Formats: sequence, C-alpha cells, structure tokens
Amino acid sequence: MTLATDVDVWREDPTGAAASTEPLALPASAGFAWGVTRRSSRAIGDAVTGDPGAPSDDWVYRLSHAGPDRDAAIAALHALLLRAARFEVNRRGAVFPNLHGADLDDLACQSADDAMMSILRRLADFRGESRFTTWACKFALVEAGAKVRRHAWRGREIPLTAESLSADADNAPLPDAHAEAQMLLIAVREEVKQHLTARQRAVFVAVALNDVPIDVVADRLNTTRGAVYKTLHDARRKLRVALNARGLGIEGERA
Amino acid sequence: MIQDTPDQSGRLERLVGPADQELSCEECFDFLDAYVELEVTGTAPSADARTPKMRAHLEGCSACRDDHDSLLAFVLSGRTDPG
Repeated sequence: MTLATDVDVWREDPTGAAASTEPLALPASAGFAWGVTRRSSRAIGDAVTGDPGAPSDDWVYRLSHAGPDRDAAIAALHALLLRAARFEVNRRGAVFPNLHGADLDDLACQSADDAMMSILRRLADFRGESRFTTWACKFALVEAGAKVRRHAWRGREIPLTAESLSADADNAPLPDAHAEAQMLLIAVREEVKQHLTARQRAVFVAVALNDVPIDVVADRLNTTRGAVYKTLHDARRKLRVALNARGLGIEGERA
Repeated sequence: MIQDTPDQSGRLERLVGPADQELSCEECFDFLDAYVELEVTGTAPSADARTPKMRAHLEGCSACRDDHDSLLAFVLSGRTDPG
C-alpha cells in the first residue's frame, strides 16, 4: 500500500555535526520517573519552543543525541504524554464508575511512562507524516485507553460461549423488534456453532456479541490485539457467507 | 427465512463487520496520527483517500475506533502543543 511520501527523519544536523549512530540510551532514572531536574526545567523552554516551523525535526534530533538538551526534551515530552494520558483516562474513566481518582491517575502515570519507552524505542519509525507531538501523543492515548479497559475488566468474567447471546434481544425496545432480534440471534447462534472454530467462536462471542474490549480478550487469550482482530475478521467473513446464504441480505466482501 | 428489515440489517452489519477491505490493527496504529491530522486540517488528499482501508477498519474495530476518537479529540483540544 502506498501511503505518504517517506520522509527521512534524520535530517540535516543543525549543528553541522554528524548524527549519532549509537543506540538510544534511556535515562538511568529508577522506575522511569521522568523527573524534571532544576537544570532541565530551565532548559525546556530552549529545547522545545513549540516553533511550528520545524518542531518535529527539533524533537527527533534532541531525543536522539545524548546531552542536556536530550534530558530536557525527554522531560518536556513526558509532561506532554502525561497530559495526553490524563485526558484519556478521564474520558474513559467516566464510562467505568468502578474506577476512582487515584486509580485513574496511577494509570495515567504508568501510561505516560510506557509511552515514553515505546517512543524512544521507535523514534526511527517516525516518518514525519504528522507533527511529532501528534505521533507521540498517540502512544500515550492508546496506552491509557488500553490500561483503563483492562483495569475496568479486571476480575470480570468474559462470555466466550455461544450460549451467552441474549444481550441484544434484551435491548430491543419494541415487541416486533424484540422478536426480530430473537430470530436473528437464533440464526447467528446456529451459524456460529456450525461454521466457526472454537477460537473464532470465543472471540466473536466476546467482542462482537458482548462488546468486550478487544485488548481485554487478547490478554485473556494470551495473544495480541492484532491477532484477536484477525480472528474476528475471519469469523465475520465466514458468518457473512453463511447468513447471506440464509437470505439475510448481507453483502459479500468488497475488494 | 427471516424477514430482512432496516433495523435488522443494521444489527447484522454491526455483528458481521464491514464488507470493505480493511487495515490491520497494527497498520491502523501506524497511520493514525497522519490520518487524524488530515481529518482536522481538511487538506487534500482527504484522510480516507490517502488511507483507503482505514475507515472500514475503524467501523469494524471498536478499540481502534476509540483510539481514533481519542486522538482526534485531543488534537482538536489543542493540547498537543508542548508547554
């Protein structure tokens, strides 16, 4: 797939020095407490000015070259990641009343730390197709969202069998709609049992029928989110064919 | 045979997911930041023209859709600027 023009993030070194080819060395601070020291606090304003002209180059360069500027850039980036993580846990936390303030802030801090690790490890992946800050905040938001979902589902049973298919029917508002939903669920249940593998059944029932977050299912099945979605995708394709054969008007897969 | 109604079609579409070709979750994550910025700026090519299989994946994957909505909201809030 062709997406965007590849941009070489290792652009010209503004100091004229050759770019470092050494592996990125993470700060030695214990527990990844990205504390802003007195020295780096003063340096943040110089290191990260928010200049809209070339901020991405500036971030990448400073984060990939050892020295005081790198420490300052890391501290400033961590503050930004923490802001993004708090934004996300507050958004998601409202949906899960069992999560409390201290839990949410702890999840935000963990998310910012994990996002920082991922960003420093994947700096070379930044292609310059967006602002660096948007690219970086993506890591914190995704980390925080996944952590909130996992935390909210901790200890809860996940329905993985085709027998647990009543939720949609119960939500149908009118008698006619209720009857239609019941008939539909019967058809889906039959096709799930007949055409899906055990793993496809488990994933489909949990994710598609019971709205269990996909990363929660991935954790329970000891696999990745991408692998779970691939399983779901394959299951849906089989069901699409089977339900279409019943005359339910499901379109085939489009190229 | 079950009678097909608009309500039922919507329910089925949600269960069986999008019919279009779609990205994987990993590809979605890789392209999400550029996609969101194109959505916000509205510059050509459009986000969907530049990443054609993204929309179908966002329709089918609720977790990636959540991530997309969060990044879009965060960018629109203006809080991605450091400081």
